[in-house]
Amino acid sequence: MKLKPGWAELPVFRRRFIYLSICAAVVFLLLILRLWYLQGVRSEYYQRLAEKNRSRFLPVEAPRGYVYDRNGNLLLDNRPAFDIVALRQEVEDPEHLFGQLAPLLDVPVPLLRERWVRGKKQPRYQPIMLAGDVNRDCVDRVQENSVHLPGVLVEVKPLRAYPYAELASHLFGYLGMISEQEQRSAAFGGYRPDALVGRAGLEREFESYLRGIDGERRVEVDVRGRELRILNLVAPIPGNKVFMTIRRDIQQVAEDAFGDQSGAIVALDVRNGEILALASRPPYGPASFARGINAEEWQTLLNNPRHPMQDKALRGQYPPGSTFKPVTALAALQSASVNADFSVNCKGSFELGPATYRCWKKGGHGPTDLKKAMRESCDVWFYQAGVATGIDQLSKMAFALGLGKELGFALDTERSGLIPTQQWKKRRFNDRWYDGETVIAAIGQGYVLTTPLQLAVMTATIANGGKVWRPRAVNRVESLDGETLFATEPEMLIDTALDPRALKAVQQGMEAVVNESGGTGWAARLAGIRVAGKTGTAQVVRRKSDEEEERSQGEEIPYQFRDHALFIAYAPAQNPEIAVAVVVEHGEHGGSAAAPIVRAVLASYFSSAGTKPERQR
Amino acid sequence: MFDRRLLTNFDWVLILIVLLLATAGVVNLYSATSNGAVHSAFYLKQLTWIGGGLVVALGVSLFDYRHLQYAGFYLYGVNLLLLLFVLVAGEARMGATRWIRLGFMNLQPSELMKIVIIIALAYYLSERSSLFGFSLLELTIPLALIGVPVVMIMKQPDLGTALMVVFIGGTMGMFAGIKKPALIFLGGSGGLLAVGGWFLLHAYQKRRIMTFLNPELDPLGAGYHIIQSKIAVGSGSLWGRGYMHGTQSQLSFLPERHTDFAFSVFAEEWGFSGSFLLLVLYLLLILWGIYIARVAADPFGMFLAVGVTAMLFWHIVVNLAMVIGLLPVVGVPLPLFSYGGTSMLTTMLGVGVLLNVSIRRFVF
Repeated sequence: MKLKPGWAELPVFRRRFIYLSICAAVVFLLLILRLWYLQGVRSEYYQRLAEKNRSRFLPVEAPRGYVYDRNGNLLLDNRPAFDIVALRQEVEDPEHLFGQLAPLLDVPVPLLRERWVRGKKQPRYQPIMLAGDVNRDCVDRVQENSVHLPGVLVEVKPLRAYPYAELASHLFGYLGMISEQEQRSAAFGGYRPDALVGRAGLEREFESYLRGIDGERRVEVDVRGRELRILNLVAPIPGNKVFMTIRRDIQQVAEDAFGDQSGAIVALDVRNGEILALASRPPYGPASFARGINAEEWQTLLNNPRHPMQDKALRGQYPPGSTFKPVTALAALQSASVNADFSVNCKGSFELGPATYRCWKKGGHGPTDLKKAMRESCDVWFYQAGVATGIDQLSKMAFALGLGKELGFALDTERSGLIPTQQWKKRRFNDRWYDGETVIAAIGQGYVLTTPLQLAVMTATIANGGKVWRPRAVNRVESLDGETLFATEPEMLIDTALDPRALKAVQQGMEAVVNESGGTGWAARLAGIRVAGKTGTAQVVRRKSDEEEERSQGEEIPYQFRDHALFIAYAPAQNPEIAVAVVVEHGEHGGSAAAPIVRAVLASYFSSAGTKPERQR
Repeated sequence: MFDRRLLTNFDWVLILIVLLLATAGVVNLYSATSNGAVHSAFYLKQLTWIGGGLVVALGVSLFDYRHLQYAGFYLYGVNLLLLLFVLVAGEARMGATRWIRLGFMNLQPSELMKIVIIIALAYYLSERSSLFGFSLLELTIPLALIGVPVVMIMKQPDLGTALMVVFIGGTMGMFAGIKKPALIFLGGSGGLLAVGGWFLLHAYQKRRIMTFLNPELDPLGAGYHIIQSKIAVGSGSLWGRGYMHGTQSQLSFLPERHTDFAFSVFAEEWGFSGSFLLLVLYLLLILWGIYIARVAADPFGMFLAVGVTAMLFWHIVVNLAMVIGLLPVVGVPLPLFSYGGTSMLTTMLGVGVLLNVSIRRFVF
């Protein structure tokens, strides 16, 4: 029988509704009784359990990725560091605690208070760091007194370690504490509030590859905060491995060869642009950054007149001086402004209109052809060739060889240097270009500015026949399982169509610089390997009158007014593999100050070429 | 056509109970997720879901529920297809395949099935109901209606939802009346199925049941939830530790404290007094649902209301019983209280159906 309206009042359904209600009420009554049992009858028992059986979540920081040189030598490592941290929820009387801790940590109470207050801005239950990277003694003192220090823990975390101290500091860059602003940005999602992030160089550019994934430790603790056992451990995942193109041995030799002098050196493979060594002097200690640098130390570094924080290889802009002469020669020959037999009679000066331009050699070089002009760095030959060629042809060649603009080096921001043109002069000074300016540009002075990196690339381009390769310092990134995550390939920026005969002439000139008697680059000579090179001296202050110059010869010139010494070279001359450019700030003469450094680097390259050390880790 | 009586008959009691519970849920969620930098996202999202849910509920209450009679089987068919789609090409999360990605949200067809099975069964039972109860033969169709989706949901695997569908269907069937021999047969074969089903369960499901019987078997794994939840609830004692002051929950000690174990946080912070009030509120919701069924204008409405009430009842009871250690952990959210959009949507769909039946109790 089907149900009709009024059906709900049928006794059978009325009974069922009553049953339903009673069932529901009974079930809820059971739940309430159970709650009463837990929260009323047994509450003391559970409160005791809650007191006793508390657990802590502690982050386990992931080590940053290792960095290797091209032969697998470990360049950047990690070391364990001890931090003294406090767990906010377990510290009942912070002021009392500061008083207890101050003598143990040797940190004044106000500083502890300041760190505590800053730490309280972090998410709750994030341990607050009171002292970072403390020594063993300090750890021992804290642990001995742990009974009186509820909520204080010694945490071990991996910290960047530098097995070779200051080696390649500018290439690697340094680490710094993440800022509050960064922490809020999407790019830094998942970073701890006290995380260290790359602030310069490789560490910054490859941050996403180098950072690992933090783990987590859940530990059971008793009322006093003592750890009873580990409940759960999510292991951290270390960052990926970065393989650089540099060679540790060459890098070391290059930096050592500088001694106390300031400046920069770049050595690269002429066949593909791979950086073999790149250094800026003086170095800074990246290790102090990993520990956390204070404002005072930072100011000291910034105010150092030798600018250790600046990567001079990329950002130092120097007049190239005579190292620019190959550019002038190539431009002159290629534009057929002069021919290969073009010769001048150098009497020590060159006159253009009312002005006189002197050669560095007062008595003059006498009859001088291209080869001799290169070998002995005769200014007069280049003055004349320069004027005959014109500034626009000179700058065109300079640009084609990789000067005057950024090369797209991935690890840090470069400066572009400056190659002047008529247009540039008009734009910059609203003035026309004068031939006199061409004269001094032809010997790499005046407006011309280059970076050591550009000089190295220019040298490599002359060596390899005209190919401008993008300089690269990173070869690849590998995951921990050895999977390649990122790799660079040789990238040709410019294929300079160089006239083979012009190139040959310039190359022979550069060979003569090092190998023939009278050559200014004698100090770069190497047994068994023919080196080609060019010296340079770059004026720091515009020369004044003759007398003034006479008076200020030699050691009497204050350091900061001394000329920069430059040297560029490649080898072997017949079949070039490596190009090097060196700038020694205030080193005065390229032949004496810079050439020996180049020599040391080349010697290192050729003595160990082909021998590969054991691959580590 | 809008009928003014709909407004005068509007069920303010039901809405009031629902709002009270949802508010308590958000307040609790704020505390449960305050540990961490991104806590605001949780309670704000929950608020939007409550808002959206209310719109859905009111929307559902607008049209005459009797239209659902004829739509019931089509909805059922579509839902089965969706379940099939999930099995073939669903979105896998945490080892289970339960979702269909829709862009703006992830649809979980097994959740929808809870409502759809109510509509389908309500139609069947109201058409065939008799005063003498159903015989075994008459029960084959409703059993099949329940059995097919249950098997599919078990496959996902989602034991909690599958159980819910069985409980809802069972309650509706029992309410409709079952002849004694059929009842005995069903009870017996149900028992056999349970024994046989043990071998069909996934390893983790077996472990859950084993650890429920003896939590100390696995104090760090599956038993951890139960032990910690009991400690949190128990340590709340009579008056609670105070809002935002639960040590167990605040110490990131409770797992899933914003979803399935939201009540533990509440119980720790508000104590027995608070928990008791919350339970009374839930009981009122259930009793009001039964009242709506009793005053429904027709058998279809009655069965709909009974089904929705059963759905709410079993969710509440299974979740609470799990949290206070009376049942194994099966992953059933507490309606209107646990964090989660799908749960809120399903619950509000049910509330909408109840409103609909309630408003039209005089409209004949």
